Amino acid sequence: MTAEPAQTLLQTATGDALYAPPVVLRVRHHGKRPPLWISATSIGLSLLALLPLGFIGVIAFETGWATVSELVFRPRVGELLLNTLALVLLTIPLCIVLGVAMAWLTERTQLPGRRTWSLLATAPLAVPAFVHSYAWVSLAPSLHGLPAAVLVSVLAYFPFLYLPIAASLRRLDPAIEDVGESLGLKPWAVFRRVVLPQLRLPICGGALLVGLHLLAEYGLYAMIRFDTFTTAIFDQFQSSFNGPAANMLAGVLALCCLGLLTLESSLRGNARYARVGAGSSRQPRMQRLSVRGKSLALVLPICLSVLALGVPLITLGNWLIAGGADAWNGAKILDALQQTLLLAGVGALLTTCAAIPVAWLSVRAPGPLQRLLESCNYIASSLPGIVVALALVTVTIEFARPIYQTVVTVLLAYLLMFLPRALVSLRAGIAQAPVELENIARSLGRSPAQALWRVTLKLAAPSAAAGAAMVFLGITNELTATLLLAPSGTRTLATGFWAMTSEIDYAAAAPYALLMVLLSLPLTALLYYQSKRTAGR
Amino acid sequence: MSLNTSSLVNNALFCAMLLATSVVYADDGIVVYNAQHESLTQAWVNGFTQETGIKVTLRNGDDSEMANQIVQEGSASPADVFLTENSPSMILVDKAGLFAPVAPSTLSQVESPYRPAHGTWVGIAARSTVFVYNKDKLSEADLPKSLLDLAQPDWKGRWAASPAGADFQAIVGGLLALKGEAATLEWLKGMKANATPYRGNSTVLKAVNAGQIDSGLIFHYYSFVDQAKTGENSKNTSLFYFKHKDPGAFVSVSGGGVLASSKHQEQAQALLKWITGKQGQAILKDGNSFEYAVGQGAQSNSKLVPLEALDAPSLDTSRLDSKKVVELMTKAGLL
Repeated sequence: MTAEPAQTLLQTATGDALYAPPVVLRVRHHGKRPPLWISATSIGLSLLALLPLGFIGVIAFETGWATVSELVFRPRVGELLLNTLALVLLTIPLCIVLGVAMAWLTERTQLPGRRTWSLLATAPLAVPAFVHSYAWVSLAPSLHGLPAAVLVSVLAYFPFLYLPIAASLRRLDPAIEDVGESLGLKPWAVFRRVVLPQLRLPICGGALLVGLHLLAEYGLYAMIRFDTFTTAIFDQFQSSFNGPAANMLAGVLALCCLGLLTLESSLRGNARYARVGAGSSRQPRMQRLSVRGKSLALVLPICLSVLALGVPLITLGNWLIAGGADAWNGAKILDALQQTLLLAGVGALLTTCAAIPVAWLSVRAPGPLQRLLESCNYIASSLPGIVVALALVTVTIEFARPIYQTVVTVLLAYLLMFLPRALVSLRAGIAQAPVELENIARSLGRSPAQALWRVTLKLAAPSAAAGAAMVFLGITNELTATLLLAPSGTRTLATGFWAMTSEIDYAAAAPYALLMVLLSLPLTALLYYQSKRTAGR
Repeated sequence: MSLNTSSLVNNALFCAMLLATSVVYADDGIVVYNAQHESLTQAWVNGFTQETGIKVTLRNGDDSEMANQIVQEGSASPADVFLTENSPSMILVDKAGLFAPVAPSTLSQVESPYRPAHGTWVGIAARSTVFVYNKDKLSEADLPKSLLDLAQPDWKGRWAASPAGADFQAIVGGLLALKGEAATLEWLKGMKANATPYRGNSTVLKAVNAGQIDSGLIFHYYSFVDQAKTGENSKNTSLFYFKHKDPGAFVSVSGGGVLASSKHQEQAQALLKWITGKQGQAILKDGNSFEYAVGQGAQSNSKLVPLEALDAPSLDTSRLDSKKVVELMTKAGLL
């Protein structure tokens, strides 16, 4: 097994797609050129993906430098920049330390019940970030500002690092560590000089994912009273719809995201992490723990589970009891559930279908054009929902009135935001479907489209389903783009939850939160089992 | 079988979208851009629909957001009716010439101070500025004499507000109309130094009640709404009305208007008439919104300090300038 497809699977396991396109086996396709409809769809999608960035550029140009500089170079923007920077610089290292420690404990030690702890370390993903925040704010109303923001962010997002690190740790060849030891390295030095460097890819990838979530999240920070660019853009939006001040803040935020992307790709390096050699690697040796060691080692997973799962679930339970049957105002909640399922279902289907041509191109006909197209999609997905939504609101009002405030626009936003989730998953699936089969179908007289449909996509169906599930999860918990773009009268679970918490009616918000958690649970389980499978166990 | 994959996929997608569109977006009737409290408008709409059979779809948002949105949508706005919490946003839409004249029979239902003379929109409810304070932290002697005092250094770190909300921005609009641009900017800069920003007036009330902060500048009804429920977010607080025509005694008029571009003029006018009429205003008195009624002869909830007793500054409502307010607040670093 080469490192790259495995890495792709890992990306699937983390549920997001923000790694650079991996190199895949370059077996050329039967046809000389990819079919026109495939290239055309890919190019169209990439152009769409560039729309938000292009929009900010055009607005900046139209606004004129004097106003732009007045709006960008002011103390408030400095404040927001410092806040955002502090949040990122504190949260990411904490998440890395927690992720590595938990991964090591559950994968490399004889920690009692390590399977359960591993599942519990993944489970916080099923609780949407703003529900974490809701739980903490109702538990300790005085929580606010940077420390609170860091606390809640770490609890909500550390699984994004834990999952890929644990999966990689499971796959490492212990022979390399043996070599280190035989050369006289102490255990700690082996960990630092042999194991840790091999975890560089999952750490970088996971950290990028957490970083982008920190920049994009609105609900979590609005509730805990911590101002970031995203909350400030929303404030401006409330005060002026899509005025230049909101758009310029969005521009700065977009630059921050691009900065993170660049930083990650330069830190990732080009080292080779694949194992070469005959046979398979043996099972890694488990670190023995003394009784005292065991009880000490249990402190971390117990604390983490209490804080990241216990607090949200207990608070939610309390509010559900406090609200009683009255809070389950039947029709309203059922309607929100139905609309959420519909939007998420159609969105997931649409996004996965749209990902087919791009994924096929990247596996079967890689080249400079394809790489360019793919990076466009990655850049778009790194932009926060509020930025994408602001661009789409203005563009549809001005140039595409028939789709303004329709389901089409909100689905388009979902497509731009979540396409890479479907893409990585699907790409892995197509890469595993032998090109020879597709070629044989062609030689038996099938058209390229038929060959793709009847052979390759059938084989790639499980990965497509996993990708679709990931998109579904993203849409279920999406707040800002839905608020701005959805048709009048739309109420999803997320926007319903938000409307209730804005009025401090925490009890009425609880049913919405519970339903979101319940919807997310199976998908979180899927992520967990997929990351186990990646490691071949 | 020779199915073309791309057309198959396209067809499937098209059907799916159509399905989604039809389910989420199926209704006719009128669309209300609603910046009022959702529960209040929902009560109005329920009563209206029950009586007339006209279906109403709400799009909920914030005053200024929706006013700017309507202006940008221009003559093709999907909105038929616009309801706000405060009048600056009505003025913004009015200035763009997007309102149709309100039916005279509706205008005559509303007391004259609560509607502009030219009759392109009408007041639907009113609310008063109030200074809410924690009884354990402040005594009556400590209270400010005027809204302007809150910008003084001795109030640093002692009061809260929700600067991103339209309610607070309406209060600043009143200040701007009474005291002018320079004084307002100066006051806002003092506020930036002194006040703790929260999101939403209910959050401010909750924080004051919990003693996280001494006091807050909000509208009157949040506390009454909470008292009517459990009182858990207001039991430690008291309300202080500035009165004496102080900028802090500002009474804000919630407005309603029919868009000139509406293709359902008759139904839209009917809704406005219903809201300002007997039944609509009775919902203000008997419901749990605790906003003031503005209809001719309509009573407000008896728990409220009567509107006449508030001694509000007399202000020409058409002078409230929301754009300028946002500009000044952005300049002061509050937004």
